[in-house]
Amino acid sequence: MNRITRRHLMKTAAAAGLALPGLARSGFAAEPLKVGFVYLGAIGDWGWTWSHEQGRKALVDALKGQVVADYVENVKEDASAIPVMKDLAQQGHKLIFTTSYGYMDQTIEVAKQFPDVKWEHCTGYKRADNVGTYNSRFYQGRAVTGTMAGMMSKTGVIGFVGSFKIPEVVMGVNGFTLAAQAVNPKITTKLVMIDTWFDPAKEAAAAETLANLGCDVIAQHVDSPAVLQVCEKRKIYGFGYGADMSRFAPHAQLTASLDLWGPYYIERAKAMLDGSWKSDDIWWGFKEGLLGMAPYNKTVPENVRAAADKITSDTKAGTYEIFTGPIMDQSGKERVAKGQRMEDKDLLVMDWYVKGVQS
Amino acid sequence: MRIRLEKRLTPSRFMQVATPVASVLLTMLLGAIIFQLIGFDGRRAIYETFITPIVASYKWQDVATKAAPLIIIALGLSLGNQAKIWNIGAEGQYIIGALAGAGVAFALPDAQGFWMIPLMIAAGIVGGMAWASIPAFLKTRYRVSEVLSTLMLVYVALQVLNYLVSGPWKDPNGHNFPQTPPFSPAQLLPHAIPGTAIPPGLVVAIVLTLVFWLLTTRSVYGFSVRTVGAAPNAARYGGFDASRTVWSTLMISGGMAGLAGILEASSQLGQINLGFPSGYGFTAIIVSFLGRLHPIGVFLAALILAVTYVGGQVAQTVVHVPNATAGIFQAMMLFFILASDILVRYRLRIIRDTPRAAPAEALA
Amino acid sequence: MNIGFFIDALITVVGVTTPILLAATGELVVEKSGVLNLGIEGMMLIGAVTGFAVTLNYGPNLGDMAPWFGVLAAALAGAASSMLFAVLVLTLGSNQVATGLALAIFGIGLSSLIGASYVGMIVPSFDSVFPDQLAGDPLWRVVFGYSPLVYFALLMVFAVGWFLNRTRGGLILRAVGENDLSAHSIGYPVIAIRYAAIAFGGALAGIGGAYFSMVITPMWAEQMTAGRGWIALALVVFSGWRAGRLLAGAYFFGVLMTLELYAKASGFSFLPSQFWAAMPYIAAVVALAVISAREVAGSEAPACLGRPFLPNA
Repeated sequence: MNRITRRHLMKTAAAAGLALPGLARSGFAAEPLKVGFVYLGAIGDWGWTWSHEQGRKALVDALKGQVVADYVENVKEDASAIPVMKDLAQQGHKLIFTTSYGYMDQTIEVAKQFPDVKWEHCTGYKRADNVGTYNSRFYQGRAVTGTMAGMMSKTGVIGFVGSFKIPEVVMGVNGFTLAAQAVNPKITTKLVMIDTWFDPAKEAAAAETLANLGCDVIAQHVDSPAVLQVCEKRKIYGFGYGADMSRFAPHAQLTASLDLWGPYYIERAKAMLDGSWKSDDIWWGFKEGLLGMAPYNKTVPENVRAAADKITSDTKAGTYEIFTGPIMDQSGKERVAKGQRMEDKDLLVMDWYVKGVQS
Repeated sequence: MRIRLEKRLTPSRFMQVATPVASVLLTMLLGAIIFQLIGFDGRRAIYETFITPIVASYKWQDVATKAAPLIIIALGLSLGNQAKIWNIGAEGQYIIGALAGAGVAFALPDAQGFWMIPLMIAAGIVGGMAWASIPAFLKTRYRVSEVLSTLMLVYVALQVLNYLVSGPWKDPNGHNFPQTPPFSPAQLLPHAIPGTAIPPGLVVAIVLTLVFWLLTTRSVYGFSVRTVGAAPNAARYGGFDASRTVWSTLMISGGMAGLAGILEASSQLGQINLGFPSGYGFTAIIVSFLGRLHPIGVFLAALILAVTYVGGQVAQTVVHVPNATAGIFQAMMLFFILASDILVRYRLRIIRDTPRAAPAEALA
Repeated sequence: MNIGFFIDALITVVGVTTPILLAATGELVVEKSGVLNLGIEGMMLIGAVTGFAVTLNYGPNLGDMAPWFGVLAAALAGAASSMLFAVLVLTLGSNQVATGLALAIFGIGLSSLIGASYVGMIVPSFDSVFPDQLAGDPLWRVVFGYSPLVYFALLMVFAVGWFLNRTRGGLILRAVGENDLSAHSIGYPVIAIRYAAIAFGGALAGIGGAYFSMVITPMWAEQMTAGRGWIALALVVFSGWRAGRLLAGAYFFGVLMTLELYAKASGFSFLPSQFWAAMPYIAAVVALAVISAREVAGSEAPACLGRPFLPNA
């Protein structure tokens, strides 16, 4: 009987990785860099995980022959993520992206056990010598969609379906509201947090409720396109988040903010290949190409397009920052003084809503 | 010619052991065929799911980590199931147990004593028992079906957890994410016994397996539980109090689930967040049946289930089968074991055609 | 606030309630026959993915008829999956609790497997079939503005109430659930009746699932029913196994769930939202206790609920 050793298994695992269709042509490189991705949802979720999967594909295309990139989808944010990460490391992946906040402690934990593997955790704040973090300034996209919402809303009441009151969502709600108020000071945002990332029927009911209460533009920060489908049915407007969701709402989606992880994944893989990888903490946005906007709906008037384009280009140029004072909170207290920009460290723990948010 | 079932006087020992093994093998065979048919490498999917975690020694710790809570919970459930008390809310007791233990930890954040961990564990057990006492009370006082009440309380427990981690227990330094503060070093169990790769939960599970084995086979209590389940009337004549059995089995299974919960929280994650409930309480029900309610069987069944979890992940990266695969295999195993249950209690007799009066006619 | 405000709110409530009502109506019949099928969530998901797939694939050929076939397919798929459960618990006498859970796990897994290739696709929503003058009328939409499945759900709950309480067949079904051995001894085909009840329950769960993938959000997403099968189970318990109260209870749950959203959007979140989410389950447990304490006739669980029946034992 053959003795099956760990080394032997790792070899077969590596061979299996190489035998994947499309990757087999990488024969000319000596040892391609193996990159692993841990995904929260399904690659076809048309949202968060889908956008990371696009990033992985961009990486494979950009560094053909030099990298092999595998993924595991639907990994829960509990202790069961640990064996998944270990598994990727044991199969010889040298650079592993863990793409959800809930993997933070697991990533740190497993990284201790695999010191020569480099880890990249998305949206977290715990780092180590071999663990870096990366995040996107999603709120910059909210500034664009908020501007459009403020100009397109006739009722002056806009809606937001959120998941949990975490800084990322709070920044989105506030950025969206502030941008809308910048073009129409009378805007109020009705906010419904549904206490889950994924429950299409509840997302839909929340969107219907907002529409019933007079919202004629609804943004969302949940995992399915349900909100947009309701907007389509109710003949009001909405925005895709993370990915272009126009197929679910061809009339209702005015635009979508797009998460473009590809540039970062390519840069980090290159750093691995030339040996310059270091743990870092990046928070990129439009300027670095981590965010983009989907094509505007053909119904969007010219002046709205121009205003939206200007936000994008000014953000890129560094002359526009939505979280610039004066900013009042819900109770009317001034939180950010006139002309002052909020610091990143305050943004990253934001737990208060701006004036005009009804929650 | 027809097949007739004849009740065995005593359940078949051979079938009790043979059917779970056959169920696993059948699942592997049928699973391979199905996955081949829908366009995956079926043989390899099965190999990675069922065999890799067993032959690859670096996977053993993961398997043990996964198996430990399943064993601990399923041991308790099996005891109740022997008395035909169906606690299907172990998931809720697991959650409340973890929360109770965590509550003690947060109440004494600076305590350094060696007693901290035992105290948290005790609180975890009490928490699980307290949650199970609601169905026990409703059952003994109002004859409310424990199947329904235990299940309903799982969803209440989930919301209790959501409330605590996003409100009163939210970590002030946690960047406003819904999670509790981390336990202090004195409140953490190591991942593994120092110097080995053995998770502490596994040691607890092994000890408890032996305890439950003695309890069920060698004690009057174990006998009374089985009697209440098999012949409630005889049990009453024998002086075994049914409502005491309800209370004791629910307390034991609730306490075990609570124990599993606090062990998991204090060894694996070191805090509690929204992702904490991972379905061990439900999977343990499968384990209990796959193990035929016997402590040793439960131990082995939990290992098999843990293998499919760990292996399912390997199969996902290597063969690219969907994430749902492990769940399908687990359900198939359970279907087979339940289907074969009849072979334990009945003998199949093939008899030549002798027309038998239908019961209706016989009585008309 | 005007009448339109209440009509809008009611339409939202109906949308939230209908799938739960459908699944619970089916489960009521199953439980009345003395069988506890915990696999509702799995059957709903199988129904959801089947209904969606059939509507999508036959849409180009069948046009407006496609959703009807989709619903029919969802019912058949739900019933077929329930037969897996039925064979095990009825013919092979297996434990109902474990078998039901296995069905739930199996349904979740199988639907994700089947549905993987349908993620990201859409079908037209299966909305009102009444002419736009009625379905879109500011006032009359309160009567005509719903998906056909809404009327079907109401019809089913009345039909089941009538069947259980006013027909001989219903009497027999209840007899089977209350005392299977006597029912067997006076000549009723206990097993056959339970097969039929389980198939009916599976079909309605399948249609309830299809309501998610074809009406609320016409798309397929893994586990899109998000636990509604368990709420349906709670609802049957809450109703005290009576059709009239099942309907009332379903709308009570639906109003609660919608009220939470209204309260949040209007800035009145006076209770933690987790409390709202736990409400159906707390209500079910309290109802169980109250029913049993008061010993309301006809409101208790069927006596044989969950027990295996093997006449030649």
